[in-house]
Amino acid sequence: MGEITTSLVLAGELVATGDARLASIVTLSLQVSLTATLLACLIGMPLGALLAVGRFPGRHTLIVLFNGLMGLPPVVVGLLVYLLLSRAGPLGQFGLLFTPAAMIIAQTILIVPIVAALARQVIEDAWREYREQLRSLGASRLRAAMTLLWDGRFSLTTAGLAGFGRAIAEVGAVMIVGGNIDGVTRVMTTTIALETSKGDLPLALALGLILIAVVLAVNTAAFMLRQWAEKRWG
Amino acid sequence: MAWLVLDRLGLTENGVCIINDVSLKVGAGRTAILGPNGAGKSTLLRLMHGLLRPSAGAQHWPAPLTQGMVFQRPVMLRTTALANVEYGLKLRGIKTPERRQRAMAALERVGLPAIAERPARRLSGGEQQRVALARAWALEPQVLFLDEPTASLDPASSREVERIIREIAASGTRIVMTTHNLGQARRIAEEVLFIDSGRVVEQSPVEEFFTRPRHVAAQRFLEEETP
Amino acid sequence: MTRLRTFLAVCCTTLLLVATGTQAQERFITVASTTSTEQSGLFGHLLPAFTKASGIKVRVVALGTGQALDMARRGDADVVFVHDQAAEEKFIAEGYGVSRQGVMYNDFVLIGPKTDPAKAIGKDILEGLRRIETARSPFVSRGDKSGTHAAELRYWKAAGVDLEAKKGPWYRDTGSGMGSALNTAASMNAYLLADRGTWLAFKNRGELGIVVQGDTRLFNQYGVILVNPVRHPHVKQADSQKFIDWLVSAAGQKMIADYKIDGEQLFFPNAGR
Repeated sequence: MGEITTSLVLAGELVATGDARLASIVTLSLQVSLTATLLACLIGMPLGALLAVGRFPGRHTLIVLFNGLMGLPPVVVGLLVYLLLSRAGPLGQFGLLFTPAAMIIAQTILIVPIVAALARQVIEDAWREYREQLRSLGASRLRAAMTLLWDGRFSLTTAGLAGFGRAIAEVGAVMIVGGNIDGVTRVMTTTIALETSKGDLPLALALGLILIAVVLAVNTAAFMLRQWAEKRWG
Repeated sequence: MAWLVLDRLGLTENGVCIINDVSLKVGAGRTAILGPNGAGKSTLLRLMHGLLRPSAGAQHWPAPLTQGMVFQRPVMLRTTALANVEYGLKLRGIKTPERRQRAMAALERVGLPAIAERPARRLSGGEQQRVALARAWALEPQVLFLDEPTASLDPASSREVERIIREIAASGTRIVMTTHNLGQARRIAEEVLFIDSGRVVEQSPVEEFFTRPRHVAAQRFLEEETP
Repeated sequence: MTRLRTFLAVCCTTLLLVATGTQAQERFITVASTTSTEQSGLFGHLLPAFTKASGIKVRVVALGTGQALDMARRGDADVVFVHDQAAEEKFIAEGYGVSRQGVMYNDFVLIGPKTDPAKAIGKDILEGLRRIETARSPFVSRGDKSGTHAAELRYWKAAGVDLEAKKGPWYRDTGSGMGSALNTAASMNAYLLADRGTWLAFKNRGELGIVVQGDTRLFNQYGVILVNPVRHPHVKQADSQKFIDWLVSAAGQKMIADYKIDGEQLFFPNAGR
């Protein structure tokens, strides 16, 4: 218990003094995970919508596949992306390994299944409500998917948030493809891992508390957005 | 002159026969489909509109007609009333200035120009249904299907919606409507299709149906429904 | 439709900005090194001096020696800076490295519970290990192909202990970096072999202390190698050579000697000797 109190105090100090290294680590974490979330939404939400609304052979297999891939172990994704981006690998000539770009790629791959699977669920529910009317108005399945994506924009924030939560909290993928390089690819989770292995548990815990606070803040903002949207648009 | 022909139309789902061997010709300008609960009114309507595919038989449109449909619960997108009305026009590829014009005109005809910019889902049930009618009307359909359009509305809104339906019919659109409201059917329809357990057992002009129903099921139905 | 287009435009712009921002256009080399040098804090002290002198940033990926060499074999590093001479020479013999230069040494220390149940305290590392094995006291091994792990295995062999035969639940093979292994040892009050640098910087000691030190066999030599540009043409040869030259120069060697924790020097420069 004492360690947690020490950490709370330490966390407060770090934040209050505006520690520069902390700021850059938090900023990088947000940059990487928010970008990954954005990309995953751009890829995963249309995918989810098409899965929800479409009728094609293999649809059920794809749904089961995405549901299963939600549980992709981050360290496995990290390893696969590492092999892809390594100089010895197929995409080595781009020199992306050990950069934030590599981390973004790995996290995007990691969370696309989550975003797609949850978006599919949201859109499927909406489709049930809208389907007859949209078809009556002459919307093709593709147009319907697009309409439902926009119409469900507020419910879809849940899918985006779930993806973001997974991304910012994972350490396995970014550690391997980023290399935890000081000042370049060090994010909150890899810093926590490093400080833990240096035996500086209070600092690691303090960073952990800050990470939790950041995630809570993002979730709160999204929640408030949804509340406002519900009231306004119904 | 028949504009829609049903030929031994049938629909079976999960082994249950919902629509059973329906053959008829629709020629009237205003048709009401009546029948007890569960008889298959809504299903028959959906088959006609093409939302459901029959398991048996077929339907023919001697001359293809553009269609629209309004449902018992108005389906509004999470946007303004005007945008909802514009949606159908957008699907047809109609560009912005004309689209806006036609949508506003439709809203005016249903008496709701004032709420154009309001979020559609925040409107009352009656207003939403009128927006749904405006949306269908803006597309100038040659046939309009309506599934219990006033069943969820209060009496005042019901009357308003009825007035609009009559206006739509008057402007030349053919109407096919299911309803529980016998007075409404009598006010609006020219012809009645009476359906019982998936079969259309009677098809007659409206007054004939209400005063001298031929089929025993129709007679029983009218006895029970009329106070 | 226009709404969709504006949205996509915003997204693309944001991504481009983020991407270019994060792909810092700076001059750097990638050095594969070990967890012991990273976690001791040496690089935090050493590298800024080099960057100031040369304008070249050094990006360190800290892994175990084995992993660092593997990474360099794949061409993902420009320079390797590790502490396992045998493995380094093999690396060069295989054609992946140009040549090896000694830079500095530190020493290993045998860490263990202050109560010393195996009676291993002393000045002889081999005797200490023998006693631990006899007593079957818990011992934590890195188990990760690192320089420290390789050294540990050499000491067991030199002590005459056949690990394969004698291994039992007392020998904990954790497959982890130096710091993690120390954490594990602290929580189970076990013995382990560590480098002095990481030990001095380590804060979660529990009941552990130094049990054996000073044995000359515990000296641990670090070497630096340029990854072979013939094998991997993209290696930043010129800048990497600058780094290597600086490390063995008077300025670099002095920086190494100046690094202290609580007044104690961790690494002893010995380039050219």
